[in-house]
Amino acid sequence: MADQPQTPKSDNSILNSIAFRGIAYQVLLGAAIALLGWYLYTNVNENLDRQNIATGWDFLEEPAGFGISESIIAFDSSQTFARIFLAGVLNTLHVAFFGIILATILGVTMGIARVSRNWLVAKLASTYVEICRNVPVVLHVIFWSSIIRLLPHPRQAIEPFDGAFISNRGLMLPFPFDHSLYPWLGLALIVGIAGAVYFTRWARITREQTGKYIATFWPSIGIALGVPLVVWLIGGAPLTWDFPALRGFNYQGGISLSPEYIALLIGITVYTAAFIAEIVRSGIESIHAGQIEAANALGLRRGFVMRYITIPQALRVIVPPTASQFLSLTKNSSLGVLIGYPDLVNIGNTSLNQTGQAVEAIAIMMLVYLTISLTISGIMNLYNKLVAIKER
Amino acid sequence: MKQLASLTAIAAFAISGMVSGAVAPAIAADGPTLTAVKKRGELICGVHQGRYGFAIADKKGKWKGLDVDVCKAVAAAVLGDGNKVKYIPLGSVQRFPALQSGQVDMLSRTTTITLTRDSALGLNFGPPTFYTGTGFMVRKKLNITKVDQLGGAAICVFPGSTTEKNIAALFKSKGMKMTPVVIENSKELVSAYMSGRCDVLAMDQAGLPGHQQFDAKVPADHVILDGVYSKEPLGVGVRADDDQWFDITKWVVHALFNAEEWGISQKNVDKMKESKDPNVKRLLGASGNLGKKIGLGKSWAYDAIKSVGNYGEIYDRNWGPPLNLARGINNLWTKGGLMYGFPMK
Repeated sequence: MADQPQTPKSDNSILNSIAFRGIAYQVLLGAAIALLGWYLYTNVNENLDRQNIATGWDFLEEPAGFGISESIIAFDSSQTFARIFLAGVLNTLHVAFFGIILATILGVTMGIARVSRNWLVAKLASTYVEICRNVPVVLHVIFWSSIIRLLPHPRQAIEPFDGAFISNRGLMLPFPFDHSLYPWLGLALIVGIAGAVYFTRWARITREQTGKYIATFWPSIGIALGVPLVVWLIGGAPLTWDFPALRGFNYQGGISLSPEYIALLIGITVYTAAFIAEIVRSGIESIHAGQIEAANALGLRRGFVMRYITIPQALRVIVPPTASQFLSLTKNSSLGVLIGYPDLVNIGNTSLNQTGQAVEAIAIMMLVYLTISLTISGIMNLYNKLVAIKER
Repeated sequence: MKQLASLTAIAAFAISGMVSGAVAPAIAADGPTLTAVKKRGELICGVHQGRYGFAIADKKGKWKGLDVDVCKAVAAAVLGDGNKVKYIPLGSVQRFPALQSGQVDMLSRTTTITLTRDSALGLNFGPPTFYTGTGFMVRKKLNITKVDQLGGAAICVFPGSTTEKNIAALFKSKGMKMTPVVIENSKELVSAYMSGRCDVLAMDQAGLPGHQQFDAKVPADHVILDGVYSKEPLGVGVRADDDQWFDITKWVVHALFNAEEWGISQKNVDKMKESKDPNVKRLLGASGNLGKKIGLGKSWAYDAIKSVGNYGEIYDRNWGPPLNLARGINNLWTKGGLMYGFPMK
């Protein structure tokens, strides 16, 4: 028989299937990571045992034994470690929430100011951005903390208006006493905001269909605030102010912002706003000049151009890096440790020292920051999808 | 033939190994900390960031203080030279992780001995080297003489300290409110009090005179309230996984107490070596070998006393003028105090 060319044996064994290999490698990698995690976990436990350091989560039920200077929830030293960690988390969220809002407002303003045609405004904004970006955030916080310490003693406090006091113990403001009507006002505010959103949508649809331009800014604010106002008037307009008064060492009553809170808030806001300003500027400048010239050739006003042409496209460039800045601001709130603001890291540090359980306390802190960060980036990704231009 | 030779060689090695192994236990092996310190040639001591009388670095960076002298005594006993010490200033929160992780060999850092610290932190504490209690410093013009008048005050205190818990419990028991201002860095905390951020500075009472004299712009503007409001026995801390090192640090402190009791000072320790007193001879290594039992040389106590003196000399050097703190309960038991050196035999 003539030698026939040997046809290669077709190897249909499952080992060569691409799909199988893909899954197999992933399973092996997952197993390796799980093994590494298990090894680290038992290693830590062994070492802690060897050194007789206490482990376990029981310490969360023990009374903390120490107090904190400010907290949104009522706290005293006989309550548990679990509650003091919660107070720390709320303090962190408190400064991070207002920090994000203020930094966004300041950053957007500075960013737009930098590209302004007014030379003085542009130069001032540039100076602010360059100085605040290049100074480490630690120094920002310490600087503002030192400035606030120079304020006068409570007995010689500055009184900008009746009932408000600025001293080195912080800012005191009069605050209304709690009334049973107020939860309804909160509900009415939510209804008002929903109404404003619907009004804005209706105005936009009308504009797109008929070309009629309906001003929405002031009417929507009116709707949002008007609904609670009406509810309040119906309820009899209850309003009694609690004025802060100097009793003994410090002011009691009203609402107070501690100097640590103010210093931390201003410090991280000013620092992050400088970065957001640059991001906003880069977004605005990413728009092709041709579009602006075309808009001007059509005779559109500058404000209209900014609102309907520049910003929607610029948001694509602005939103993702701004999300990172928000995360960075949240984590920078841990600098409260330096100036005595009882944020999560400050409380975690003291707790791990009083109980000796360093690994558990740090694990709690890491988990909380991870959760906060994932939530913020989740929200920002959602917002990104919402404002994305639907390209045809 | 070759295989037989190698077999014989292996057997010879094994037998000699077993024999030396059988002989070895008679001399106790050095524990891990002692081995590390000897190998490094230097003792790493955790001290306070700056507390007058206990541990403070002068302008040239030289450390002085009672805690510092205890470190020097241990270094002299182990390495023969009290100057072979590296001082690591530690905040009130950093101090325990630094010791637990091995960053420092011993903690001579105004640390109160408590049950939790002795057990849950994996540490052991030697005999107290200083007894004090929580004290308060306020501005004189507030006209405060008793703690009961401090309701509603802002109090500057260190985080992670026994003082923090003490004032929380004290104010709660009196039904008074207070706001703690908690800052870890020592300089920052004192400056917060001096700038008026808080009304009261609360810490171990022995730490207050130094801050009043040296950190206040006008010392006479401040007053330290009478009385102590807790028990704060301050002692040296070491890791619990090394018994030998614990014995070493413990017995160096006892040697300092006994030296004062038996009249041995820095100046006369050489003469005292010739003493006829059996206690003194044992302590200074002229008879017996106490040092070997804890892994040190014969002259361990002699070196320690020669380096820093006895406990009384250490106290006078650090708490004499300008702080002038009377010994009170920090005196020998024979003079009505609590310092009681255990038998050195």
